[in-house]
Amino acid sequence: MRVTTTVNGTEHEVDDVWEGESLLYVLRERMGLPGAKNACEQGECGSCTVYLDGEPVCACLVAAGQANGREVTTVEGLAHGGELHPVQEAFVECGAVQCGFCTPGLVVAAHDLLARVPRPSDLEIREALAGNLCRCTGYEKILDAVRLAADRQAAR
Amino acid sequence: MSTEATTTPTTTTTTHGRIGDSALRPDGTLKVTGEFAYASDLWHDEMVWGVTLRSPHPHARIRRIDITDALTVPGVTAVLTADDVPGENAFGLEHADQPVLASEFVRYEGEPVALVAADHPETARRAAKRIQVDYEVLPAVTDARRAMDPDAPAVHRPGNLVRHLKLRRGEQSPAAPVVVSLDFEVGMQDQAFLGPESGLAVPAEDGGVDLYVATQWLHVDQRQICLALGMPPEKVRLVLAGVGGAFGGREDLSVHVHACLLALRTGKPVKMSYGREESFYGHVHRHPAYLTYEFGAERDGRLVYGRTSVVLDGGAYASSTAAVVGNAGTLGLGPYRFPSVSVDVYGVFTNNPPCGAMRGFGCVQAAFAHEALMDELADAVGIDRVAIRQLNGMREGDLNITGQVIDSAAPVGELLQIVADLPLPPPSDPSDIRALPGAVGNTTHGEGVVRGVGYAVTYKNVGFSEGFDDYATARVRLEMTGGEAVATVHTASAEVGQGLITVEQQICRTELGVERVVVHPKDTSVGSGGSTSASRQTYMTGGAVKAACEAVRTAVLDRAAGVLGRPAGELRLDGEKIAGASGEVLTGLAEVLGDDAVEETVEWRHRPTHAIDPETGQGDAHVQFAFSAHRAVVDVDVELGLVKVVALDTAQDVGKAINPDAVVGQIHGGSAQGMGLALMEEIVVTDGHVRNPSFTDYLIPTILDMPPMQVKVLEYADPHAPYGVRGVGEPPTISSGPAVAAAVRAATGRALRRVPIRPEHITGT
Repeated sequence: MRVTTTVNGTEHEVDDVWEGESLLYVLRERMGLPGAKNACEQGECGSCTVYLDGEPVCACLVAAGQANGREVTTVEGLAHGGELHPVQEAFVECGAVQCGFCTPGLVVAAHDLLARVPRPSDLEIREALAGNLCRCTGYEKILDAVRLAADRQAAR
Repeated sequence: MSTEATTTPTTTTTTHGRIGDSALRPDGTLKVTGEFAYASDLWHDEMVWGVTLRSPHPHARIRRIDITDALTVPGVTAVLTADDVPGENAFGLEHADQPVLASEFVRYEGEPVALVAADHPETARRAAKRIQVDYEVLPAVTDARRAMDPDAPAVHRPGNLVRHLKLRRGEQSPAAPVVVSLDFEVGMQDQAFLGPESGLAVPAEDGGVDLYVATQWLHVDQRQICLALGMPPEKVRLVLAGVGGAFGGREDLSVHVHACLLALRTGKPVKMSYGREESFYGHVHRHPAYLTYEFGAERDGRLVYGRTSVVLDGGAYASSTAAVVGNAGTLGLGPYRFPSVSVDVYGVFTNNPPCGAMRGFGCVQAAFAHEALMDELADAVGIDRVAIRQLNGMREGDLNITGQVIDSAAPVGELLQIVADLPLPPPSDPSDIRALPGAVGNTTHGEGVVRGVGYAVTYKNVGFSEGFDDYATARVRLEMTGGEAVATVHTASAEVGQGLITVEQQICRTELGVERVVVHPKDTSVGSGGSTSASRQTYMTGGAVKAACEAVRTAVLDRAAGVLGRPAGELRLDGEKIAGASGEVLTGLAEVLGDDAVEETVEWRHRPTHAIDPETGQGDAHVQFAFSAHRAVVDVDVELGLVKVVALDTAQDVGKAINPDAVVGQIHGGSAQGMGLALMEEIVVTDGHVRNPSFTDYLIPTILDMPPMQVKVLEYADPHAPYGVRGVGEPPTISSGPAVAAAVRAATGRALRRVPIRPEHITGT
């Protein structure tokens, strides 16, 4: 089947998509956008989190056909004009990135949280990021990064 | 192949941070923008996909394999079995005892039996299901404690013993007025790195193959792949692809030989990438352990003897079981002074999943037992649980149980004191259920919730032990580029997320005074860096990079001496300047180098270690020891058995923090993994079958499970190590779990002699 999806503002049209393919597979293997990660492909780890029409979803749980005619924003679409988004900047500066495999999903999830709740409490951050597994950091520096990004966004 | 491909990780450069600075990762920006190329991101426009058919049985004889049907599936380009392995059908880290593809027997559920390549991964998976394997199911040995029974089925000839470590020291019939003992059991933990096993093998025009793969040690992989392919090393070239975590789980081969076999057969690049379920079958795990411990002490709490017997379940193949046994034996009584000791540790074969390396490597299992028993001893003699550890804790100059002198800092008492003195968290606020056990599950509003505090301390060897020829190689080049001095550092040492590339840059900046340092992609075109394991890379590859920088500096100054007509000994390299003895600038690096580059390659070794005596276990087995202590605070809903870890505080001696922020990051993450084993992480294996190969059923700590952590870092330089560094990565994983378990015991009053602790262990239902 053919799937036409606007990803990060650009229309992508891909052919010969097998009906069983996920949005994650199509992004990674057919559209050249491997930023969303394939850590579990079971909807448990959040590393493939992308926006689908503005809602954060696990791209591994969305059938490619469901994304037809819709808008997707991936981690590759968050930086603008070579300038990192404050969430991305804070993840780098705070040491919230080690192996980084969880990072794209966490960056999108934190981006979504701060868009909804500009100054989240620690408990709110923890609830919001509870669907994103990280195996390297113990999450402490991820919390630091989200707090820093919130501060910077508030200062703008 | 000249077609377009995304196969080579980006070379990374940064310009700030010397040793002692919290320099930022050079790959950080690529990782937050999604541009960093992990092994599973690799792509080639002519590539096909490889998949693995695995055994459904823990033990069976293969009577016949029929691939005819699979070959008829449109899109399939190859189906391979054991008959297609051109070299030796065997691999293994220490012993090549594992078939690349099973031929006569399968010895565990999930053992690779056949491979399929096809133009789409789903096509390959469907074709694999059409391979007909005729199995004769055999009796399986799945209880490690029964593996050495005379009537147990033999997993391998001649028997099921991998290694017995026997250690005897001091009086062998010791008497003590106070005796405590316990049996403890540790479940099978998984590394659960997030980036699944992946690689891309590209056939080359010379008949060889280039493999881009996520791993922990390129050269040990290369050696095993060459054996299986029957090719010399120059035909089998490896490049490190982006690694999504490792924790020991990438020490053994996974996709490596399989992808190469398919690439060489099809003549096409082959990508293999496991899903999460396959990942649980595709790498070794932490050894389950059955531990029997007894301590004797004086009435004042001073230890008289320790006696242990431990069985480690190695699963179906040897992997690194012998070395894990080595650690569980030589370090298995913890960082305490024992006048006499009797230790027996057995690593055995079973038909369970193979077990091997995971962060903490044999010390993790032992620490749960020795720390639980130290608490018992404290209670038996009526002194405080911190005090009992301080009373018996090692100090510099002490002998450990193998008779080795602890010849640098051993601040056991101080680490414990630091964590004991840290502020305790306030009582939980029952008005906000999010902070309570069960949280928004709304299981309690504070009723039935009891707080507990627990302590643990540990030590861990750094680097490879027991006489292993452990070395690292570094190549450093210095040249002028665009009017600026640029150093390029090239090692084969794997960056797996821990931050080695940052450390390599910091060392080059410090030693050469340059700002711009390029990290060359990691590959086998330079000598081995050794394994990214055993907390060894900052020490070992750091030592090699330091030595290579020193060699470059010497060569530059020799050149400058020729140009200036002065003895090299009077000169020093100061950034882009060559200065004299009193600091006066004599010439520039640009003038000395011109268009040339100075490049030096150094193979660097730590001081030798020695095999232990086979009868007494005595000997200088280890290079260095690293110490850490944890204090855990938990709230337990004793009615439902739910645990909330409220605080997990730690102190650790790191010798010298090359990158303080990265050190703390290692301690955070390592602590989380230890906590996970104490409370939730276990691969449940029943009759040789894995019951929970998914992140739905194998739980790792989430951000809701992790408490805030206070981390205190000591820097007592080890005079034997470069810059005084001490390995960092593993100790936190060893001491955090036992502290959490102790806190749950303190809250519940239950013995809790097994981890992970499940709700029913707490409720007794």
